[in-house]
Amino acid sequence: MTPLIEVQDLHVAYISRAGKKSLALAGISFDVRPGETLGVLGESGSGKSTLAAALLRLLPGNGEIQRGAVLFEGQDLLRAEPRTLERIRGDRIALIFQEPSLALHPTIRIGEQISDVLAAHESLSRSALRQKTLQLLAEVFPADPARIADSYLHQLSGGQQQRVLIAQAIACGPSLIVADEPTASLDPTTQQDILSLFRTLREKFNLSMILITHNPALLAGLADRVLVLYAGKVAEIGPTEKVLAFPQHPYTRALLQSMPRRLDEPAKGHKSKLPVIPGDAPNLEELANGCRFETRCADRMEMCTQREPEAVAVSEAHAVSCFKYGG
Amino acid sequence: MRRENIKPHLIVENLEKSYENAGVLGTRKEVKALQGVSFSICRQSTLALVGESGSGKSTLAFCIACLERPTSGRIVIHGNETTALDEKQLRRVRPQVQLVFQDPARSLNPRFSALEIVSEPLLVQGRFHKREREDRARALLVQVGIPQEKVLRNAGEFSGGQRQRLAIARALALEPKLLILDEALSALDCSVQAQIANLLLELQSSLGLTYLFITHDFAMAGHLADEIAVMDGGKIVELGATEKVLRAPEQEVTRRLLVATPRLRAAAEMPQVV
Amino acid sequence: MRHFLHRLMQAAFLIIGVSILTFLFSTLAPGNYFDEMRLNPQISRETVAALRAQYQLDRPLPVRYGRWVNSLVHGEMGFSFAYNSPVAPLLWVRARNTLLLTVTATLLAWGLALPLGIWSATTLGRLPDRALSWATAAFLVIPDLVLTLGLLILAVRSGWFPTGGMLSVGFENLSPIQKFRDIAFHMVLPVTALVLSALPILVRHVRAAVADVLEAPFLRAAASHGIQRRTLLYRYALRAAANPLISLFGFSVGALLSGSLLVEVVMSWPGLGPLLLEAILARDLYVVIGGVICSTIFLVVGNFMADVLIYWADPRIRTRAAAK
Repeated sequence: MTPLIEVQDLHVAYISRAGKKSLALAGISFDVRPGETLGVLGESGSGKSTLAAALLRLLPGNGEIQRGAVLFEGQDLLRAEPRTLERIRGDRIALIFQEPSLALHPTIRIGEQISDVLAAHESLSRSALRQKTLQLLAEVFPADPARIADSYLHQLSGGQQQRVLIAQAIACGPSLIVADEPTASLDPTTQQDILSLFRTLREKFNLSMILITHNPALLAGLADRVLVLYAGKVAEIGPTEKVLAFPQHPYTRALLQSMPRRLDEPAKGHKSKLPVIPGDAPNLEELANGCRFETRCADRMEMCTQREPEAVAVSEAHAVSCFKYGG
Repeated sequence: MRRENIKPHLIVENLEKSYENAGVLGTRKEVKALQGVSFSICRQSTLALVGESGSGKSTLAFCIACLERPTSGRIVIHGNETTALDEKQLRRVRPQVQLVFQDPARSLNPRFSALEIVSEPLLVQGRFHKREREDRARALLVQVGIPQEKVLRNAGEFSGGQRQRLAIARALALEPKLLILDEALSALDCSVQAQIANLLLELQSSLGLTYLFITHDFAMAGHLADEIAVMDGGKIVELGATEKVLRAPEQEVTRRLLVATPRLRAAAEMPQVV
Repeated sequence: MRHFLHRLMQAAFLIIGVSILTFLFSTLAPGNYFDEMRLNPQISRETVAALRAQYQLDRPLPVRYGRWVNSLVHGEMGFSFAYNSPVAPLLWVRARNTLLLTVTATLLAWGLALPLGIWSATTLGRLPDRALSWATAAFLVIPDLVLTLGLLILAVRSGWFPTGGMLSVGFENLSPIQKFRDIAFHMVLPVTALVLSALPILVRHVRAAVADVLEAPFLRAAASHGIQRRTLLYRYALRAAANPLISLFGFSVGALLSGSLLVEVVMSWPGLGPLLLEAILARDLYVVIGGVICSTIFLVVGNFMADVLIYWADPRIRTRAAAK
């Protein structure tokens, strides 16, 4: 099956004011098939938000795409004309940013902000815009969409703000939605509601999704495949249940082990020390040769300091970048 | 459960806190943030306070930390009834209770160095002279795992996890016995949460600390706490040993929160939103 | 609403206060209109005294203030000794001329400052921005007087523009269209001077406010929806940057009557400025007071307008005000 979107060897760097370059993404390759939900699991510094922005070339001023291709609907987004890109953004690929309280305009009414998205891609009359806006809001707000349409950002709760972002994302019927930490600052029940909403909409509109998060537990039951990102490289990629139940990469394994299991495995000694990954995320400005996880890896070997591992298939759909498996 | 002191370290009795909000057209609306809250925590143990936003957890934290005055009720910390003290007396008691907040980016001044941040409470309280303050600050930073080379760096240059360590070190500067952790782990990455959780456990046993751990994450609460209290609408709706609350919750609110906590093994079916 | 009533009351008190203070200071300053006459040996002491009595300059202060307020109510605003007429009609004509200049200049200045400031902000650090920054700095440093005189010199040398005044000789005989052209030509230089002195500050403020907003996440989020660049700049960015600019605009309005004194005097434009200057030098008391009051009213109205505009433009302020 041809993938919906294919990312090939993406390299993105940030240039600091002092001129120092940090390689935020160093050769990312993956694809997303139609109707699939790909979870991108990454912690701070992994490059997950950079990935989201880079797909649509929305990097901040000091970011630079250095190499690679993003193939979507027959063209390379990284080489497309700005006009084409403007057309695709919001209409074919929609991005849901982190922090909903910052992703909406503070002094424009919510309804207008949704209408603006529609107006950017479709020429509709005033009343048609208003009607469609209300319809969209009704998809995410079962009760009283009209009141939400007339509200302003600061009058909505975190969960409501997130729903507005989702409404904006589905507005023009895109085929791919990229959601960056969609439940980060929310309460657990609100979180659950939002994830359910994603499921419902995904089904209803036949959406493909890239779901970015740092919490592996959110991907269970929601993502079909998981891509584990570490320091700008793909550590592991494979079917969700396999990656979460039988992680192959030392980082994935260590990450999953460090999560408190009291709810799943009550027998586990409570108030015991959790097995943690020692150290901190690497400083991307000063990277040594070799595997980026090496300094924190429990399974490090001699060759890990010499060069970076390549991706190796451990089973049909499951690949790891680690010397333990070849590479 | 092993109890070192039969007398609990923190006692909260019938705490009430109401706010007055201006309603429409100048009317006054009374908002009850806390209603009849009662519980106690034993020395060197951890009580997790679980609830959603708006349940009153932060208000409770501020009242216990003597930053807000409750409308009625008693708070007794280590034998001192803080609700009966005046401002001057309170100033002497406050160092015994310290707060660690959720967002280290906002609770620490990014332009201060780590050393300055940790020695600031000592400076404000007028204790010790400069050399000793610095020594104590350095010792604390070592204890929380900040390497000596980074001690003079500005807070803005640290990662989220390191900043939270800094916040903990600052909280420990005045040698409190009770630490209130208000969603202290919620803004951190998963692997970093584990590191800080371990640090907290270590500090609890080496310094004999008592923790009030406020969170909406049941998984971490289950891991760190001896007892769990569930809050909803300003009241404590369930209170019991961790084991019991997790295995056999009695209240609907508790059950709802448990179900909502994301699991690694996808629970059979997540209930759909209606 | 209560918020605004409060402000209106403050404004009223301010104006009353200013009128009292101006009255006080002007009359306390040594000398009065008739002092010049006293130096003239041909005019007898008695005549001067009689004139003073006639104009009631020998009455106690509160009485004079009271009479002045009374004349205000009657629409006269006191009496001008120099022009031998009630103050109000004098002020009105001159104020009208001033406003002609300043309103045009303000609109032009803002009309230029917005696109220039936005352009600067979107090309931050690059050539257009640096060139504009350099230009605004240069104009800020040049004193207004030098600027105005420079323009005058240009007029004299080139002969393209009239060198002062508002109307040409024989104005009354011109057709309406010619009258319009005549005034317009006379306005070019003074308006240019005013615009050149106001523009640098406005451009800098617009640049700062917009540059601040350009890095905001909601702008990138809006861009991710494919919203066109022009909409992003003028609808999203500008609206978010509006608050400080609205305050500045209120200040522009406030300075409408008072900001053009120098230009008017140098270019002989028959506005409020020269009138006020003459009156101060001649101790024409009530004209001075009248002029100051008018300027104060404009200042207060300008600020009030800014308050209302911000309240209307920013829903967060509406919510906060309602919550109080």
